[in-house]
Amino acid sequence: MNDTLLAALREALSPARVHTDGSELGLYRRDASNIEGRTEVVCFPLTTAEVQACVRACVRHEVPFVARGSGTGLAGGATPLDGEVVIALTKMDAVVSVDPVNRHAWVEPGVLNLDLSRQVAHLGLHFAPDPSSQQSCSIGGNVANNSGGPHCLADGVTTSHILAAEVVLSDGEVVVLGSEAWEPAGAGGLDLRGGFVGSEGMFGIATKLCVRLTQNPPGVVTMLFDYESVEAGAETVSAIIADGMVPAALEMMDKLCIEAVEAYIHAGLPTDAAAVLLVEVTGLPAGLAADRDRIVEIALAHGARTVRIAKDEAERALLWKGRKTAFGAIARIKPNYYLHDTVVPRRMLPTVLGKVYEIAARHDLLVLNVFHAGDGNLHPLLVFDKREPGVMERVHAAGEEIVRASVEAGGVLSGEHGIGLEKRDFMPLMFAPADLAAQAAVRRAFDPTGLANPGKVLPSPAGCGDLQHVPEGAWV
Amino acid sequence: MIDLAEFAAAVGDADAGPVTITGLGTRGGPVPGVRCVGAPAGIAWLQPDEMTVCCGAGTPVDELVAALAEHRQTVALPAGGTVGGALSVGRADVRQLGWGPVRDTLLQARYVSAAGEVVKAGGPTVKNVSGFDVCRLLVGSRGTLGFLGEVILRTRPLARASQWYRTSAEPAVVQRGLYRPVSLLWDGTMVWALLEGHPEDLAAQAASLGMEPCDGPPTLPTGSRRVLPPAEAMASTGTFVVELGVGVVHHADQWTSPTRDAREAALAEAVRREMDPTGRLNPVLPVHG
Ligand SMILES: Cc1cc2nc3c(=O)[nH]c(=O)nc-3n(C[C@H](O)[C@H](O)[C@H](O)COP(=O)(O)OP(=O)(O)OC[C@H]3O[C@@H](n4cnc5c(N)ncnc54)[C@H](O)[C@@H]3O)c2cc1C
Ligand SMILES: Cc1cc2nc3c(=O)[nH]c(=O)nc-3n(C[C@H](O)[C@H](O)[C@H](O)COP(=O)(O)OP(=O)(O)OC[C@H]3O[C@@H](n4cnc5c(N)ncnc54)[C@H](O)[C@@H]3O)c2cc1C
Repeated sequence: MNDTLLAALREALSPARVHTDGSELGLYRRDASNIEGRTEVVCFPLTTAEVQACVRACVRHEVPFVARGSGTGLAGGATPLDGEVVIALTKMDAVVSVDPVNRHAWVEPGVLNLDLSRQVAHLGLHFAPDPSSQQSCSIGGNVANNSGGPHCLADGVTTSHILAAEVVLSDGEVVVLGSEAWEPAGAGGLDLRGGFVGSEGMFGIATKLCVRLTQNPPGVVTMLFDYESVEAGAETVSAIIADGMVPAALEMMDKLCIEAVEAYIHAGLPTDAAAVLLVEVTGLPAGLAADRDRIVEIALAHGARTVRIAKDEAERALLWKGRKTAFGAIARIKPNYYLHDTVVPRRMLPTVLGKVYEIAARHDLLVLNVFHAGDGNLHPLLVFDKREPGVMERVHAAGEEIVRASVEAGGVLSGEHGIGLEKRDFMPLMFAPADLAAQAAVRRAFDPTGLANPGKVLPSPAGCGDLQHVPEGAWV
Repeated sequence: MIDLAEFAAAVGDADAGPVTITGLGTRGGPVPGVRCVGAPAGIAWLQPDEMTVCCGAGTPVDELVAALAEHRQTVALPAGGTVGGALSVGRADVRQLGWGPVRDTLLQARYVSAAGEVVKAGGPTVKNVSGFDVCRLLVGSRGTLGFLGEVILRTRPLARASQWYRTSAEPAVVQRGLYRPVSLLWDGTMVWALLEGHPEDLAAQAASLGMEPCDGPPTLPTGSRRVLPPAEAMASTGTFVVELGVGVVHHADQWTSPTRDAREAALAEAVRREMDPTGRLNPVLPVHG
């Protein structure tokens, strides 16, 4: 560790908020992915000025830095590759102000997603993006990854809910991108806000965000359909959308997943079904009733065996609990899992799911599917026991084939988890060198030093700068 | 996929010097005195069950809207010009509150860069976080980062019913009282609300606030279209119509928008320089201001 940098960081914050203790640092070597790196110092700034001071110290010493929220990322975005300074935003967790009439709030980046919605619930409002990790992930992390969730089908992913971002750039300057106004102010203004959202910590560090708040729906209907085939469930999804409805959420689980979840929470899910579809519609009474009736009709016409409509909030919560605790349930099957995230055109869901089963079988792995069917966002979950010799090679090989199959079907590499390290080297599957060069150009404009979270997202050589080595055991 | 080779050749590479582009010329059109090109037009495909459509950037928005209407869908772009013009200008019409800003419409763009290459940004699916969001930067860039050739747009279903209402109630009362209105306009005296959904819900919402159905929105003053924080927009004086909750003010008087924060302007300039080092695409148009 560079001693003068450490001294500078300690002076910039306070020695108490610059951690170098080996055992604690272990927590910051990785996010929720399987990729582990190395760091020797973690800083906990309390203010924008302190973030500036940290960044300035790093840049002066030419040491790269990694912003970190809650570390729930699944693509290795917050993993320090090789001795980066970790700047953890968790202590900047205040909701600064709320405008209940124009429906926005200024928040610090460490505010947890669900906490924000809880803090504005008395105003009849919530923050729409609802990742399954919403109890623990931070708004700063949501912005950096442009995260999604079940209810992003109708309301859009994080970028649609961010009006402005106060950002510390790698030169240590603070800039506010965007404003409370919905369009960039000033004629011909570039949407720099939009450029920043989804930049995975590589364009600068967000220190304050202006988020849109969404009205809580006056009514909600939650329905569960079950099917004898995955295809029938997927066809129901396309038929609902083609009929002109965009439900608030449209989620699907396959047989193995249903069994795991049912054993875990006893929600009365039909364990003999090949697939269940969870459909939620929200709104005013007449529209709600019409949507409900039409969706039931479409589901039955596509072979739904049973229709279960939550009769009260308790039952609705139970059905959602099944969806949201799927990952916990899976731990009962095998100790380890690898969660994938790709998107395919909705009509390709049956084909690609078929391939996913075939790929998993060929690699002798168990696969469960629990995913955002409404927007074609697949989440194949490979479960395994990593103590089994050779299993990781099979997991990685299967994963790569799943990503390839999705892109070949006209899909994309990631719907919500981001690229990070995990999918960095898959970027050429989707983008030509000129496409990647344009992304690299934008990064250079935001971070000419290249010190903000280097080595992620862009594969070398378009990534410019040194190719960072990827730690042992990492999957790229 | 639309073949963009001819369009790219027309734009040319760095040696081809300054070049400008026009759609239907309803928002300024080309930069005067500069060699001018136009983007290809026409719908390549339309997938109602994906809620996506692919078309040439030169396609008139009205033509696209008519084609989508056959499938009871539409697209959240302002009428009148071309798709490329609407995206490059990046200004929404008065339904922005409910339909969202123009920037959320663009899923994928294939554009011609300053180097004369065809470059792809974004992806074809409604959900995508693969790489940095170059699409968001293209929207509103007035052609200074690249000339749009082919785009994939997100469509939206047409509502069962759609109706304008009018009331003299206080803006904040209407803002609080309505569930997800598509548009709320205020001229200092009256509030106009566009509601969409089931006809019974529309009637019930209107009745709860004592709103009367009316033919349409008020005539918008055309002196200037100001973009302000929504709370500031409420302090407008003179002859105006404010888009409540969004911060757009249509004003009878002319206006020069305040200059942006210098740091933000410098960043915008840096983005432009990286994408177009010699400033040949739509030259002299500022990317900030
Ligand atoms: C069980 C589980 C379920 C999940 N479900 C979903 C889901 O449904 N949808 C979904 O989209 N994701 C999901 N995720 C992934 C993850 O929760 C999201 O990506 C989340 O937004 C990450 O937030 P975080 O605070 O944990 O960020 P981190 O993991 O700490 O960081 C993520 C990235 O953001 C950057 N970053 C963090 N804070 C800042 C900041 N202030 N400024 C600049 N850059 C910053 C980091 O450098 C890193 O690149 C899930 C994860 C788990 C473990
Ligand atoms: C009847 C009518 C109603 C309208 N209603 C509204 C409204 O409600 N709200 C609103 O905001 N506007 C409205 N407009 C204006 C119109 O929608 C916009 O002006 C339109 O977005 C611009 O399209 P255009 O093709 O005319 O662009 P042009 O004026 O030709 O070009 C505008 C700018 O975009 C650039 N550009 C054009 N094509 C491309 C491309 N392919 N790639 C890169 N850059 C390009 C040009 O160089 C220029 O800088 C209306 C216009 C009419 C005629």
